[in-house]
Amino acid sequence: MDFNFTEEQSMVRDTVASFLADKYDFETRRKIVSSDSGWRADYWKAFAEELGILGASFSEELGGLGGGAVDNMIIMEEFGKALVIEPYLGTVVIGGGFMKHSGYAGAASVIEGVVGGTTTIAFAYAEPQARYTWRDLKTTAKKDGGGWVLNGHKAVVVGAPFATHLIVTARTGGAQRDAGGVGVFLVDKSLPGIVTRDYPTVDGNRASEVYFENVSVPADALIAEDGLALVDKVIDEATAAVGAEAVGVLRKLHEGTLDYAKQRKQFGTAIANFQVLQHRMVDMFIEVEQSVSMTYMATIKLEEDAAERAKAVSAMKVRIGRACKFVGQNAIQIHGGMGMTDELAIGHYFKRASLIEGLFGSVDHHLKRYESLSFDAAA
Amino acid sequence: MNLDFSPEDLAFRDEVRAFIAENYPAGLREKQEEGEEMAKEDFLSWHRVLAKKGWVAPAWPEKYGGPGWTSVQRYIWSEETARADCVPILPFGINMVGPVIYTFGTPEQKERFLPPTLSGDIWWSQGYSEPGAGSDLASLKTKAERFTGDDGKEYYLVNGQKTWTTLAQHGDWIFCLVRTDPNAKIQEGISFLLIDMKSPGVTVRPIITLGGEHEVNEVWLENVKVPVENRIYEENKGWTCAKFLLAHERSGIAGVARSKRGIERIRQIASTELGDDGAALIKDPMFKRKVAELEIDLTALEYTELRTLAGEAAGKGPGPESSLLKIKGTEIQQRITELVLEAAGHYGAPYFRGFPTDGDNAHPIGPDFAHRAAPTYFNVRKTSIYGGSNEIQRNIIAKMVLGL
Repeated sequence: MDFNFTEEQSMVRDTVASFLADKYDFETRRKIVSSDSGWRADYWKAFAEELGILGASFSEELGGLGGGAVDNMIIMEEFGKALVIEPYLGTVVIGGGFMKHSGYAGAASVIEGVVGGTTTIAFAYAEPQARYTWRDLKTTAKKDGGGWVLNGHKAVVVGAPFATHLIVTARTGGAQRDAGGVGVFLVDKSLPGIVTRDYPTVDGNRASEVYFENVSVPADALIAEDGLALVDKVIDEATAAVGAEAVGVLRKLHEGTLDYAKQRKQFGTAIANFQVLQHRMVDMFIEVEQSVSMTYMATIKLEEDAAERAKAVSAMKVRIGRACKFVGQNAIQIHGGMGMTDELAIGHYFKRASLIEGLFGSVDHHLKRYESLSFDAAA
Repeated sequence: MNLDFSPEDLAFRDEVRAFIAENYPAGLREKQEEGEEMAKEDFLSWHRVLAKKGWVAPAWPEKYGGPGWTSVQRYIWSEETARADCVPILPFGINMVGPVIYTFGTPEQKERFLPPTLSGDIWWSQGYSEPGAGSDLASLKTKAERFTGDDGKEYYLVNGQKTWTTLAQHGDWIFCLVRTDPNAKIQEGISFLLIDMKSPGVTVRPIITLGGEHEVNEVWLENVKVPVENRIYEENKGWTCAKFLLAHERSGIAGVARSKRGIERIRQIASTELGDDGAALIKDPMFKRKVAELEIDLTALEYTELRTLAGEAAGKGPGPESSLLKIKGTEIQQRITELVLEAAGHYGAPYFRGFPTDGDNAHPIGPDFAHRAAPTYFNVRKTSIYGGSNEIQRNIIAKMVLGL
């Protein structure tokens, strides 16, 4: 039994943490989210060249540093602590995930671009009617000569405004909600017929509605023609990574609340002295610690077979979703009026936590998935 | 025991319903439906319609301009206005300072301030909270020192800072608690002052909140000269007015009628939004369960409020039990916004206010309700904080009701 990190992993954590401490303080982050571009392309370049973290989770054969999901976990947790906007999740975790697991012929060259910081990827999987059922697809991919033609509308594609490429799910066959015929494509975002409508999100990120209007993509854009299992695997990995990000966010919500309660005075004493608030902060602590445990558990089990992996990830997301709500809401409550202001960082952590609750499936969605995997499958 | 409305009450309900249908400002309705931000005139337009009809202050005694309704009629009124999604009448003048003035004011003060409060000609702001005095209101520091002016009249010189002042950017007058005797015990030595916000030395600065709104402000008072006749009740006895006002503030805070409308809205939303299995979200057993639990909790609150109301009708003033209404009422309001955000799914994320790209994206994407779901969820976190936080309300019940 060992929950320790390797020397390399500890080094990755320290490198990221010290960069963010230097260059990603809350005021800088505020400027980034309200800037026209909405991200720091120069920071992305620094992640690639100065820090080398964009390759941390890829094998050495693929030009990476030889790590894996644990490295993603470490990096996402640090990014959560600083509320980093730059698209590590879409590009490295999701884009990289598809490259690693698909046997895609162009994988090595895509990863080269990812590791080098020149390729950025956003994942266009959700559709307006589909809620959290990824296989519910109205977007179509029709064979056309050697290539494919895409048509459809993808909802809330986070990070799309910064992306050079999109990974798109589309029906290559079957009916709207069939498990079969879920195609996966890597699409150059500058292709004619791709129309985007970009907007900010409530947590300071950027996203797009993406419309495909007879977009012709070449044959080598196809990552998988019948790829639902692959999509499930990558989304599970992404969910685990978001769990790690949540851990970073939750730690900051809890710490920030403790600090505030110790210095804020009411009725002639620090409010941290009130037992009702002490117990609340203890419960927050318990939620944070259990979130950490579940994130480790789910990250380790990403290597297991599909059912075990899915069960682990859903169990984690249920706990994380509840922790985000409990810790987030109480952080604001204990901060009182100050917690309601845009000025303090605490509210921004709360906003990110609130969106993480629904990302890649709500608590209800994952409870149902866990129930069906753990009860129905055995019957 | 009889919980039915009498034929007279039912007739009153029909009259109210018809009046709202015929007189609610159409332009205001459009703005609400579009989710646009309200300008000062928008808030006031419905107020003025009601003032003309004599219905703007349901709880005021008739001799000061109230409609003379029974507590049941007042209850019907709040149900009907919520049912019709009418914008609420701002509480600062009608529910807060008005009753303080007609209860504690001099005849001159009543004559001077009550008519323009009813008509909407004075927009009142509430100057209670301070940076160091939120739920611990009595520790307020804003001081008012008495002096004789060059004109031979008596004045207070007011210095301090108020905060969380809702919609003070529109304010004409602000009612403030100020410290007039720094040497007295903490709850003594406080006075209740009315201050003209156009006075030199009054500065209003915006506070932007989580949802991106400019709803609250800081109000700075620097050497503001206030005539002594603007003090309500006795000098150093302002705490009496403050306690009276807080009890009134709490009695309306349960918001049962609006929460009923909120749950109805969730049902509407969830009958068109789709759940994971492609059927309407309201058919999802988990979502349905949460709506059902919310409805049941709201029913418990409703009947508790009705009992309080019946007690009031029998002559018992709103007591510490009103803390219960505040706690459960605000928790339910918050849970409603949680479910709306949950129903929005992915489309809870887009944000369309106050960003540099706003102009290009004026028209929201996703279902109509969704772009307001998250900002509302964030905004409504305030309800368990303001008006005496829910922790403070529990302390009140512990002390005053349970004798702990």
